[in-house]
Amino acid sequence: MNELIRLLAYMLGLAAFLGLNLAYLGWVERKGAGHIQRRTGPKDVGPYGLLQPLADGLKLMSKQLLIPANADRPLYMCAPILIMVPAVLLFVAIPFGEHLVPREFNFGLIMMFAFASVGGLSILIGGWGSGNKYSLIAGTRAVSQNVAYEIPMLITAINIVMITGSMDLNEIVRQQGSYFWQWNVFRLDKSILMPVSFLVFFICSLAETNRTPFDLGECEGELVAGYHTEYGGMGFGLFMMAEYANLVIGCSLTTILFLGGWQCPFGLFPGPHWFLIKMYFLIWCFVWIRWTYPRTTFWGLLNLSWKYLIPFSLVNLLLTALFIKVF
Amino acid sequence: MDRAKIKRELEKLAAEGLPAEQPQEVAPVAVQAEAEGEDKAKAKAKKEEDVPRKNGVIETEYAKRGTHLDVQINPDQVVRATEILDGEGMTLEMVTGVDWIKEGQFEVIYDYSYPGGQLFRVVVRARVDRNKPDVPTVCHIYGGANWHERETWELLGINFVGHPQLEHFLLPEDADFYPLRKDFKP
Amino acid sequence: MSTLAQSQLRETFELNIGPQHPATHGVLRIKVVMDGEYIDRAEPILGYIHRMHEKMGENRTWNQFWPNMGRLDYLSAIAYNHCYAGLVERAMGIVVPERAEYIRVITAELNRIQSHLLGFGAYIMDLGGFTPLMYAMDEREQILDLLESVTGSRLTYCYFRFGGVYNDIDDDFITGTRAFLKRFRPQIPMYHKLVTGNVILMDRLIGVGPVSAELCRKYGATGPVLRGSGVNYDIRRNEPYSVYPELDFDIPVYKECDSMARYMVRMDEMVQSCRIIEQALNKLPEGPVMAEKVPKSLKPPKGDYHYAVEAARGTFSMRTVSDGTNTSYRMRLRSPTYSNVSLFEEASRGMLLSDALAFLGSLDPVIPEMDR
Repeated sequence: MNELIRLLAYMLGLAAFLGLNLAYLGWVERKGAGHIQRRTGPKDVGPYGLLQPLADGLKLMSKQLLIPANADRPLYMCAPILIMVPAVLLFVAIPFGEHLVPREFNFGLIMMFAFASVGGLSILIGGWGSGNKYSLIAGTRAVSQNVAYEIPMLITAINIVMITGSMDLNEIVRQQGSYFWQWNVFRLDKSILMPVSFLVFFICSLAETNRTPFDLGECEGELVAGYHTEYGGMGFGLFMMAEYANLVIGCSLTTILFLGGWQCPFGLFPGPHWFLIKMYFLIWCFVWIRWTYPRTTFWGLLNLSWKYLIPFSLVNLLLTALFIKVF
Repeated sequence: MDRAKIKRELEKLAAEGLPAEQPQEVAPVAVQAEAEGEDKAKAKAKKEEDVPRKNGVIETEYAKRGTHLDVQINPDQVVRATEILDGEGMTLEMVTGVDWIKEGQFEVIYDYSYPGGQLFRVVVRARVDRNKPDVPTVCHIYGGANWHERETWELLGINFVGHPQLEHFLLPEDADFYPLRKDFKP
Repeated sequence: MSTLAQSQLRETFELNIGPQHPATHGVLRIKVVMDGEYIDRAEPILGYIHRMHEKMGENRTWNQFWPNMGRLDYLSAIAYNHCYAGLVERAMGIVVPERAEYIRVITAELNRIQSHLLGFGAYIMDLGGFTPLMYAMDEREQILDLLESVTGSRLTYCYFRFGGVYNDIDDDFITGTRAFLKRFRPQIPMYHKLVTGNVILMDRLIGVGPVSAELCRKYGATGPVLRGSGVNYDIRRNEPYSVYPELDFDIPVYKECDSMARYMVRMDEMVQSCRIIEQALNKLPEGPVMAEKVPKSLKPPKGDYHYAVEAARGTFSMRTVSDGTNTSYRMRLRSPTYSNVSLFEEASRGMLLSDALAFLGSLDPVIPEMDR
């Protein structure tokens, strides 16, 4: 009975958290973009434009869902749903606080990566199912990008697993001590290149979530809108929400693995508020980078991964292993 | 780029194209002014009528006309003239077509300029019969002529013989009229 | 067929970079035959905004043709005005008073800065960086406000007349321009730091779209395209008109022939335009702004006339055949974008699609002037 109530509470809580995030991250992005570009973002709808996501949601829901004639109907309809499902599922393993975890899995890290890969597959489904050459090109690009950047991400995560000795996300956070020099990003006693591997992981998250400068899947300007060209109304809305959900997951993972999760930097009051602060700081960095940098070319993107990030992360792995053995 | 050389070669080319019976009046304006009295009177009379211009090279005043050399040749000599000018490093800026409906002719005007240090503009003209407007193409020498000739064909109907793609360009694909002709009625 | 032969068969597909597309600066359609991500053949298809200005030139009197000059290249309309005014003044032998010449140069250079700002902003937006566009628009609005106070139009100017300009500039304009120059000059190093020095942008522009000087010559490409390939050709220097001989400015020329070179030419041209405007403001004489005794019904003498100016995109020239009446017999407009984009077909063979679009952006096309 207790378990049931707990489960229900978590489901509701997560649904609320997720819903608010997905809606209001769009607002953060647009306001941030506006101020970076010397203009205000949305400001008419509600004070400071805070009701803008509501207006957007209503607009998207009221649009007619057009299915193009040569689209593959089952695939076309599945793709937005398929892309939302893993993003939402992953919240079940994220430790918001010491005891605020929906369910502790002792293989939490692997589970996160496994489900994130499904997201890449659904982009391809969306691109193919649209029946549009542009979408197909974009879908294939997005899949190559996802595959290429998962590898350095995984390898860098293995570093953390080696240091911690466990794949349980809550355990990883617990083992990073309270003070910020004990967080994984600064633990130079475990590997001298730890901050750099944090950077590598950050770049890989940028690429996995298809954000600029790695947003070739959806680049406007070249392929109109990439893999979601043919989606309108709520289909498009679901793609956007999935992107933001992936963003939240990516930033949470980075926080947990490197920045100490719910630990407080000065050992005072650890708790979910610190987790949220760190996560939102990273999200703000993502938004900042998006509006500052242009897009890389596809070749440049893949080169970066295969020629630079992967060899580097392998070297880092060896180095970490060495350090752990020796010290 | 040798201005004198260009002028010489174009004069030679224009002279070849003149019909046999007409006297060769290929001379710049300065020489014409030194003509004898009767020729002067004849020249004046000619200017007053609308005498068709003979093939030849005229040095024009830049401040008045905007070009330095003005050459008229036969349509079949167009390719040779283009080769002469290409050899000296000139660039083809535009190809214009003019519809002289009263005289029953089309005129194709090629504008060349020198993209280097010196200022030198050459205009090459050729007149064709309005009922059979065939002019050889120069787009194998100058790639830029491709689009200019295509547009001139499309708007006036001048046929550029040897052009790889004489299709509709600015007008819709099913247009069967030549808008820039003087007898075009919309 | 053997498997080796089969694997060597190239399967190409046709892609339409259609008239409505965020990256084609207007309504340009490019039919591209692609081999994977490489372009096999690209064929630009024009005519989506063809309005037949040349026929309008024949049907209207010389004075009635003025508004057309603002609608061709709406970003560089003052240069077009300048060419048309110069053409008829050359034909009729009208002498323009000095104050009018200086005003013409000041407005033309302001227009050039504004056009390059938009070109720069839109180009970086094509490549994915949305922010510099907004910054460029901010500066551009200041220029447009200045020019609107004097000419009355925000973008499609019809400000010059045969013999001068139609409205004199007032002190507000002069102080406003000086204030603008003071605000704008430090912005260009900021753009260089923010945008040009960005590693990703350099990766996207350097080496992309090489266009040799010989290719430019064959296609008649002019302007920043030609100057980015190492050829020092600018109508303002090579074929001086108006009061440019009396002003001191440099012509930026870069030898690398790639998109970065063309981009840098435009950025440097903005700096040089600031110099020109400042000198012209300092040298601005008093006097009338319109020549006296310009006939209301113009009848230039019979014959051909030609005039060329340096618009923001290259050489804009006009050739008119006049038959002595008050309408022109033939008015031919040679727009720089027409010649610049004509080399896209040959230069884009074997390029990646993203590179080809970056290359097209660096040519800075404005489609209404291409289609006329």
